[in-house]
Amino acid sequence: MSNRLINWFKYASPQSFYPLAGRMIPWFWGLAAIAFAVGLYIGFFVAPTDFQQGEGYRIIFIHVPASWMSMFIYCVMAFWAGLGLALNTRLSSMMAQALAPTGALMAFLSLWTGAFWGKPMWGTWWVWDARLTSELILFFLYLGFIALTSAIDEPRRADKAGAILALVGVFNVPIIYFSVQWWNTLHQGASVSLTRAPSMAMTMLLGMLVMAFAFWMYSIAVALMRVRAIILEREAHTDWVKQLPEVQGAR
Amino acid sequence: MNALLSVIRRDLLLALRRKGDALTVLFFFVIVTSLFPLGIGPEANLLRKIAPGILWVAALLATMLGLGRLFAPDHADGTLEQMALSPSPFGLLVMGKIIAHWLTTGMPLVALAPFLGLLFDLPADALFLLTLTLLIGTPLLSLIGAIGAALTLGLRGGGVLLSLLVLPLYVPALIFGAGAVEAQIVGLDASGHLSLLAALLALAVFFAPWAATVALRIALE
Repeated sequence: MSNRLINWFKYASPQSFYPLAGRMIPWFWGLAAIAFAVGLYIGFFVAPTDFQQGEGYRIIFIHVPASWMSMFIYCVMAFWAGLGLALNTRLSSMMAQALAPTGALMAFLSLWTGAFWGKPMWGTWWVWDARLTSELILFFLYLGFIALTSAIDEPRRADKAGAILALVGVFNVPIIYFSVQWWNTLHQGASVSLTRAPSMAMTMLLGMLVMAFAFWMYSIAVALMRVRAIILEREAHTDWVKQLPEVQGAR
Repeated sequence: MNALLSVIRRDLLLALRRKGDALTVLFFFVIVTSLFPLGIGPEANLLRKIAPGILWVAALLATMLGLGRLFAPDHADGTLEQMALSPSPFGLLVMGKIIAHWLTTGMPLVALAPFLGLLFDLPADALFLLTLTLLIGTPLLSLIGAIGAALTLGLRGGGVLLSLLVLPLYVPALIFGAGAVEAQIVGLDASGHLSLLAALLALAVFFAPWAATVALRIALE
């Protein structure tokens, strides 16, 4: 039995995950760099000018992937936090905390680029539209999670309290989304949908998907770097950390 | 059930002995709502239009102010730990505390809201609906707030942190609560908003005490 199955829990301990993460980080950075280069090239030079929105539409190559990531990272964060709460694995909670700043950054980027896009297209930096408002509230939820976990000194309590907040938040995200949507809507409908043909040129879609991939790789690389830092910080008292070459070199 | 009732009775008695706490929240509610006309100007039409939103936001802030007292005094004198260790289910006792909290902060707000609505010249049917939405909405605010209060129990800067955690979660209640009254003022059917608000309350009654109990156990560890 144990020969056939991968031992999923082997890398659940910080000690064995730390070097693995270290080996994976350059790969994700490399993939992110390539995908960013290709995606930005397609976005700036290959994709045609939009007949309605002119050149200004090109901001979607940043805006849409950032919005996707901001929503997706919240779910991933809640997943890891919930796993940490249920199975009491330290690494899962560390992962959740490592993801939160990246998620907040993505939500902020999405709001910021959205404002840049809104000014020429709608003539205003901000409208109280459903999707803008729910993205703003998502940003607040990230800030709440970061504020709560950093206000608690004891790491185990911070992990668990953060996990409850993330889980409550993840149930609330759809409720908030639909309540705000009913409240008011002006944002253009989703351009990419799984159920119908995309309403945009193939090269635009391709550029956006490549950029989305780049954002994925970037987020994973940064989250792994941050989780390594958290591991070092929390496990500083252990022998294996003291014997790491980078720790010894810093002495 | 006896345990639930005795917790409610005890918290109400404590609130009666310290009337100042509950009254402060009420006066806060009154003062905040009366600040808006001073800031915006005395135009009756404009005020009538924004009254539901103002009253709802003020109720939300007032409820949040009262949340700090929900668990903190019991945590400080060790009662909360005794409750966690007692043979009656802790979740039931937490539910009792939330109900008592609503009876001392939420219910007075509901009773006061129609009079404040008069200051904004709301018509009678809108006043009735406003009171009804607050009657459904304030227990919801107390329930969601209890999760935040439990999570921030005993932390430094707990009050500000609590508002950061809880206010985003209050958004749906605000939208449906104020939305119902606004819909009625412009002549639309408000029953959809009311049903959704009640649905949120039903969900919260089921999940919030449970989440708050888990959070309290973490805080007590």
